[in-house]
Amino acid sequence: MSAETVTRSGKVRKLKPDRDVAPWTGRYAPYDLAKEFTIALVVVVILVGGLAVLFGSPDDKPVTVRSWSTADAVDFAQTAATELDGTSGTATYGPPYNLNGTAQSIGPLAPAKWLGVHHPIDTAQDFVLGPLSTLPDNPKVQAALAEYRSAPASQQASWNAAYEKAVANATFVGGRLVVPRGDYGPVATLIAEETAMARAGALDGALLSSRQFYGTDYTKPLLFIADGQYLANLADNQHLSGDQWGMMNETGSYPGQAWLWLYTLWYQVPPANTSDNGDIQVFAIMIVLTTLLALLPFIPGLRSIPRWTRLYRLIWREHYREVERGGGTRAAAAPTG
Amino acid sequence: MTVVDPKPARADQADLDKAAGRPEDAAQWTARLRESAVEALPPQKLLPDRQPAYVASWIYVFGVTTVCALIVVIATGLLLAVMGPNWWHVSSTGLFVNSLHLWSVEVFFFAMVVHLWGKFFMAAWRGRRQLTWITGVVSFLVSVGAAFTGYLSQQNFDSQWISTQAKDGINSTGAGAIFNVTNFGQMIMWHITLLPLCVIALVGIHVLMVRLRGVVPPFAAKGEAIGAESPAGSEVEA
Repeated sequence: MSAETVTRSGKVRKLKPDRDVAPWTGRYAPYDLAKEFTIALVVVVILVGGLAVLFGSPDDKPVTVRSWSTADAVDFAQTAATELDGTSGTATYGPPYNLNGTAQSIGPLAPAKWLGVHHPIDTAQDFVLGPLSTLPDNPKVQAALAEYRSAPASQQASWNAAYEKAVANATFVGGRLVVPRGDYGPVATLIAEETAMARAGALDGALLSSRQFYGTDYTKPLLFIADGQYLANLADNQHLSGDQWGMMNETGSYPGQAWLWLYTLWYQVPPANTSDNGDIQVFAIMIVLTTLLALLPFIPGLRSIPRWTRLYRLIWREHYREVERGGGTRAAAAPTG
Repeated sequence: MTVVDPKPARADQADLDKAAGRPEDAAQWTARLRESAVEALPPQKLLPDRQPAYVASWIYVFGVTTVCALIVVIATGLLLAVMGPNWWHVSSTGLFVNSLHLWSVEVFFFAMVVHLWGKFFMAAWRGRRQLTWITGVVSFLVSVGAAFTGYLSQQNFDSQWISTQAKDGINSTGAGAIFNVTNFGQMIMWHITLLPLCVIALVGIHVLMVRLRGVVPPFAAKGEAIGAESPAGSEVEA
């Protein structure tokens, strides 16, 4: 039989095996969809129930500013110092938090820059000075805040730079942050008092982004916590770091988001694992691959892979055996369903 | 005294069926919609009790398994929603329901990915089935988003770590301006309303497309007669 076909618009053209298919005119067999669905649902319920009983689900407690500063007060103080002097990850991030960093780009394409600042964060004010100013009845803190705010920017920078060097060698002894002596102006008081505020649990509430009673936006406390080393160390111990395929893992030995394996793969290899624009590069790769997958039926070559690999013969092996037995034709009885 | 029955007379089904075919209603939108729907998907096509003989492989089970797992995902998600986001952190029953939710998601994705690869190797887009393939791929993508926002809504260490890591990728695309992964309130709303609605709608359209076009036939075997009894162009593109 000629492998030609008549299209819906009436044209005669060669039948393309990766696009077209001749309608089935062969045998039909009883197929109880409702029964199959019911059995599948029961099996899935039993399987899911069994997995839930056997393995449960992870629920590791979240890190709070209080738990962080209690477990590692020095890391907290060092991070707070970088928030005050504007050198932390968040302070230098760029859009959508501020304009202090360069938005990631591919060539001239920098979408984050085009959209600008949508969740404004001034780390010195929002993470340090603002929360400290909420402390009532603390003349020492209020005096330090007043001195810091009234000082020229160059003086603030000088105090901050000196303190940031010194706090690298800080210790926490007897409930007090101990920093080598130096000319830090009010900065030492501000950071020590914020550390005490954090350990008392007062900073968690003060950092919530919402000014309303009910708040659900944890952007500020999360970014503050993520600027420190404590959260990253915990994650590293749980094999969750970026170079440990962390995006698809979760705590414990659970499968996590295994379906993100391809997305995570690009973070393990160049250029994304060495580039400052790694995130946007990975997204660009995934957008291209996803588009190819969705439009695969229209892409010559790619849509022929199933025919070339011939794995379909395994799927339809019964059909091909029947074709061989029946003399090589699929045309048989008309549908009976 | 005359007693009037306040209830209107009930038209029986035969009357309704007769009324449905009235010529004067031919231009009615409702009638046209119903007729188009029934013409495209008559009951025998929507719920067939016969399938072509080639529909005989375990690979076909994974499509229906995906739908079943989705039903369990939604049912357990509804239970979690009824009791609120804190419940499963403080109740052993809640933790178990959360475990059911988690593992149904894992089964859902496993079945969906096997289904997707199976359909790839069957070149299941052939014969005007491209839209079926595309709705399947988009369902997978939206499901990834639904699962991702679920991880962000857990209020535990995983949520914190995943959100603070994922923000860099999302922000780099500019999407972070409106889709803030560190905003718990926004993420849980996406997870329990917007994305599930999209997944359910897409999977529904996908299943209807499968019923509309039928299960793709095998590639023609060498020497096999093809197209011999084909209605002209019924499974080819324009």
